[in-house]
Amino acid sequence: MNPTANPPAVEKERKSVSLLDAWRARIRSGELGLIPVLIGLAVIWLVFQSINGHFLSSRNLSNLVLQIATIGMLGVGETFILLLGEIDLSIAAVSGVAAGVLVQLSVAGVSAWLAILAAVLTGAVIGLFQGWWVTYVGVPSFIVTLAGSLGYQGILLAMLGQEGTVPISDKFLLSIESSYLPAWLSWVLAAAVVAGVAWNVSRTRQDRFSRGLDAASGASIGMRIALTAIVAAIVVLVMDSYRGVPVMGLILLVFVVFFGFVLQSTQFGRHVYALGGNAEASRRAGIPVRTIRMAVFTLASVMGAIGGILGASRLGSASPASGGGNLLMDSIAAAVIGGTSLFGGRGSVYNALAGALVIGSVENGMDLLSAPSSTKYMIEGGILLIAVTIDTLTRRRRQRAGR
Amino acid sequence: MQSMARPAPDATPVLRVEHLRKSFGAVQALTDVSLDVYPGEVVALVGDNGAGKSTTIKIISGVETPDEGRIFVDGEEVRIDSPAAAERYGIQTVYQDLALCDNLDIVSNLFLGREITRPLVPPFLRLLNKSAMEERAKPVLDSLGIRLPALSTPVASLSGGQRQTVAVARAVLWGSKLVLLDEPTAALGVAQTRQVLDLILRLKDKGLGVIVISHNMHDVFQVADRIVVLRLGRTAGVFDKASVTREHVVAVMTGAAAEVNGA
Repeated sequence: MNPTANPPAVEKERKSVSLLDAWRARIRSGELGLIPVLIGLAVIWLVFQSINGHFLSSRNLSNLVLQIATIGMLGVGETFILLLGEIDLSIAAVSGVAAGVLVQLSVAGVSAWLAILAAVLTGAVIGLFQGWWVTYVGVPSFIVTLAGSLGYQGILLAMLGQEGTVPISDKFLLSIESSYLPAWLSWVLAAAVVAGVAWNVSRTRQDRFSRGLDAASGASIGMRIALTAIVAAIVVLVMDSYRGVPVMGLILLVFVVFFGFVLQSTQFGRHVYALGGNAEASRRAGIPVRTIRMAVFTLASVMGAIGGILGASRLGSASPASGGGNLLMDSIAAAVIGGTSLFGGRGSVYNALAGALVIGSVENGMDLLSAPSSTKYMIEGGILLIAVTIDTLTRRRRQRAGR
Repeated sequence: MQSMARPAPDATPVLRVEHLRKSFGAVQALTDVSLDVYPGEVVALVGDNGAGKSTTIKIISGVETPDEGRIFVDGEEVRIDSPAAAERYGIQTVYQDLALCDNLDIVSNLFLGREITRPLVPPFLRLLNKSAMEERAKPVLDSLGIRLPALSTPVASLSGGQRQTVAVARAVLWGSKLVLLDEPTAALGVAQTRQVLDLILRLKDKGLGVIVISHNMHDVFQVADRIVVLRLGRTAGVFDKASVTREHVVAVMTGAAAEVNGA
């Protein structure tokens, strides 16, 4: 299978596909991907910036990154669930329970890493439980996770006891939120990301040519690498002109990139999409449907727990409000606004990151304008409706495309 | 016992089923069904609703197990107790609903559940080898004369005939000896039906055995070498296409003509 082992004896006709052609074909068939959400994000940023010149300041953007870390983590977990065509209404409550476990253990003198491990394990156990209930008992995920959500809120209240809010005193746990990367390290990481992308796309291209398949054109590959480099450089520059790249942002990015890779390039990811596209066909094709379901539910709750840990570090405490409020709706909205379909099989974790940026930007911008909650809610509702409408309309277009 | 018309008496049938019997509770779905398929032969399985076509197909593809009866693959008696077992014997079924994932592209559907991978984090993660899959799919598609849009096109944007083609190509890709097609032209227009019938003939040219279930007598007479008529759970007749009329087949199907063995 090693492509270098058998170089093509005859130079085959090399057909190259330019990036623009690829995009055009995707748009025609209704595969819009990240395009609508990125346009939406640009519009939102421009609007807020024109009203309040501080919006795009590096200080505010840095703050925005901290704000979306929890929503982003939960959005990634929710994306996996939505890809199966299921829903998880408990993910925010799970984050609350994880925060409670983390803080109570830490206060009891357990070391920070052990407390983190315990919080993550709590998420895993909850996820396994919910996954088992959905997969083997057959209760719809909507109900299992709705019931779960109520139950976990109860558990959190019981855990926190009379005192209500329990503050974190552990320095390390608090430092997750307040740490920033030194400038040199951000640049090294940015360079590593660009190098990784460049290595990956050019290797894929080489491999495809050596097998006589069409591949992306050299120009489009160059464009892709340049685009990555530009985005990475802008992010680092902007963040460095305040305090540097926030560690929370890096953690979120690492998870997004890792799970993006899992979904796009591994057999497990392929099976998640297959299951969301046609569960019966997947079963007949011999895909271990139940194992995949269990794994995804577990993964989602683990992501909820990790989001809860980040949230606790940011708040500096666990309280009865941990994982409450808008968090659930925000994280589902992040996934859906990003373009992940509620009907399963379509979307990606990158969409969740973009969606979290949209939600975070609206909240942040509204706060900056000191707009009342009433306006905030209405605007967020409107954005969600528009996002799902775009999904519905492109779906129609997709169905028309070939018939 | 039927005496069957055989195109090549010296060859071994790729599939032979004898005296299948199957009941679901009080319902006797199959009473006595026998048929055989030779390599490079298209056999049409026809019958009225409830004649037992679906049950027969389900037994051959391993979804149901018969109460009685014997199944031979290449002359050897086998037990087909699961779809996986059917696949092991080289039997591939293209269901009426095609069992495609609309959200995935053509290659992904061809390799659904059988992705080419290499271990990444054993035993959890395996890396997909996308270009290897595409490389392997191309010659199979070419050999079937299949013209499809770029293999990275999502199946959702294909026409009905193209979707059928993808489903059949998947069966062939897995090196089957026998392909079962359940109503392959039911939902298709004239041009697309033509494409699918051509594809069936190419499967035959490749030396595969093909069983086609169809309601459409016109299609049956276009592609089949022999026609097996089921009626009320029995094999009511087996005909060479050349020596039978459409009217007669319909008459046997509906019971208007006496059961005829051979032709």
